[in-house]
Amino acid sequence: MSCVDNSIVFENVSKFYGEVLGVNRVNLALPPGLTSLVGPNGSGKTTLMNLMTGLVRPTQGRISVLGLTPDQPEEFFRHVGYCTQFDSFPKGLTGFEFIYQFLRLRGLTSAEAARLAGEAIERVNMGPAAHRRVAGYSKGMRQRIRLAQAIAHHPTVLVLDEPLNGLDPMARAESIALFEALAKQGMHVVISSHVLHEVDKISDQVVLMSYGYVVAEGQIHGVRTEVKEHPMQILVRCPKPGLLASRLFSQDHVVEAKLNNDGKGVLVRTKDAEQFYQLLNRIVVEENFPLEAVAPNDDDVNSVYQYLIGSGGGTV
Amino acid sequence: MSTAVIARARKSLVEAPWQLWTSQFMAILRTEVKKNLWMRRSIWIYLLAFAPAVMFGIHALTSPMGRNCSIAEDTRIFAYVFQIFYLRVGIFFCCMGLFTWLFRGEVVEKSLHYYFLSPVRRQVLVAAKFVAGLITTSLVFGTSVLVCFTFAYGHFGKAGNDFVFNGPGFGQLMSYLLVTVLACLGFGSLFLALSLVFKNPILPGIVILLWETFHAVAPALLQKLSVTFYLKQLCPVTIPPDGIMALFTVVAEPVSPWLAIPGLLCLSIAILIFACLRIRQTEISYLAD
Repeated sequence: MSCVDNSIVFENVSKFYGEVLGVNRVNLALPPGLTSLVGPNGSGKTTLMNLMTGLVRPTQGRISVLGLTPDQPEEFFRHVGYCTQFDSFPKGLTGFEFIYQFLRLRGLTSAEAARLAGEAIERVNMGPAAHRRVAGYSKGMRQRIRLAQAIAHHPTVLVLDEPLNGLDPMARAESIALFEALAKQGMHVVISSHVLHEVDKISDQVVLMSYGYVVAEGQIHGVRTEVKEHPMQILVRCPKPGLLASRLFSQDHVVEAKLNNDGKGVLVRTKDAEQFYQLLNRIVVEENFPLEAVAPNDDDVNSVYQYLIGSGGGTV
Repeated sequence: MSTAVIARARKSLVEAPWQLWTSQFMAILRTEVKKNLWMRRSIWIYLLAFAPAVMFGIHALTSPMGRNCSIAEDTRIFAYVFQIFYLRVGIFFCCMGLFTWLFRGEVVEKSLHYYFLSPVRRQVLVAAKFVAGLITTSLVFGTSVLVCFTFAYGHFGKAGNDFVFNGPGFGQLMSYLLVTVLACLGFGSLFLALSLVFKNPILPGIVILLWETFHAVAPALLQKLSVTFYLKQLCPVTIPPDGIMALFTVVAEPVSPWLAIPGLLCLSIAILIFACLRIRQTEISYLAD
């Protein structure tokens, strides 16, 4: 399988709703693993997902998912599952019937469709409520049954629009564990979410969007390194933070060294993290300086989001 | 057209997944027929369809054994009821309500994307939903016509029995049932296509209603673009135009059933092909709707 055949590819894709911009000139190649689409409301995350699955068509450009397009629905939707944000269902169905009915459209026998529906329902822990009408479900249950419908046919590409919305903490943790497990199996899992700290923990790569443009993409550490306008924050825990701060101040790349409130650490802001780590190594080795912990303080989706989008945007 | 193109077309037809399409068609058909027949919105369809049956039932009760009426008179009344009420009101409005709702309803309820995210060709979806609508309307109105016919001639006793089974009655019933199905087919395809073009198909529906009602005053050639024109030709009892309409009616050359039926089928197929092309461009944007 070639690289293109194993990726979700956007080539110069734009989508306009009349005169309103959906997304503009998007070029992306998403590899297998868990990809998070992050951006404020109206940034184009849902449009990107709808374009990927053929619910809307690009005004210009080309999209392929594992080398397939939605114009070949029989093959395309064998590989793709999409859990949309639309909190609506065909009327009068139970959770089981909802999944079963759409599995039947895949040409499966009744027994096979029932087996897969049952399996998907168990996977999202909806077993006890499966034969109740969807109209009586809570928001979290409706979210989970839609998730079950999206994964029931064992897709290789799973697209999830705000899948954690409306879920209680327990269900949220279970869903995240499920997404991680699916991504580890080699699937493409594409998630859009506002819950940045949860997305941060599980994403293999992120796509940051703002006003219809992709402002950054890649592994979160790589993206953070590229944000030059904002010095990296590194927290160093040590018993002598004052001494360390005085040593660091003399360096050009260190912008700020702030003592922690508890007096047991120093928060350093540096324009060159690589040089900073080398310096720190030297101090530790040559002066036998005691250190407890060193960790980046803003090397996460939340910080990158704030730098690139939250503070009015920026470019990488 | 070159032979290579023909060969390619033939190959793609042979290699097409007909078995999958058939099973998908049947699965959608089952779901949609069930939905059409049992949804709460269908109550008014039943009320409209069976209103004439109630009328003929009361008539049968008030005129036992054909008292105060005759078979010829009731045949004429039935023809009027069929052509005026069934064709221009009942079937027309029910097809308008049901066929425009096949896709618009899914958009209003925000559930169309489930079909669009299934491995189903949109053309298969259009065909299955259309046939489901056709089965529903034909079943409801066919039953209604049958019940009306039974009431219309049943109360004449043996005379009515002879008229139906030994006279022209049975042939007339078959013709009425055929016209009912063809009316559902013609109006159904028209309204399905309209619902895919217009966000609110009510206004174009009213234009069609006016056209179907007053097409008789248009030039003979234009009359052939009316569904009712073909249907009237197939009705077993002719109703001459009367009242003010008679003054303006342009008498068009009658069309034989052998042309009327294929003509109507061709018109419906052409409209359905248009609907299939149209739905390929349809996007899901519920907010805009």
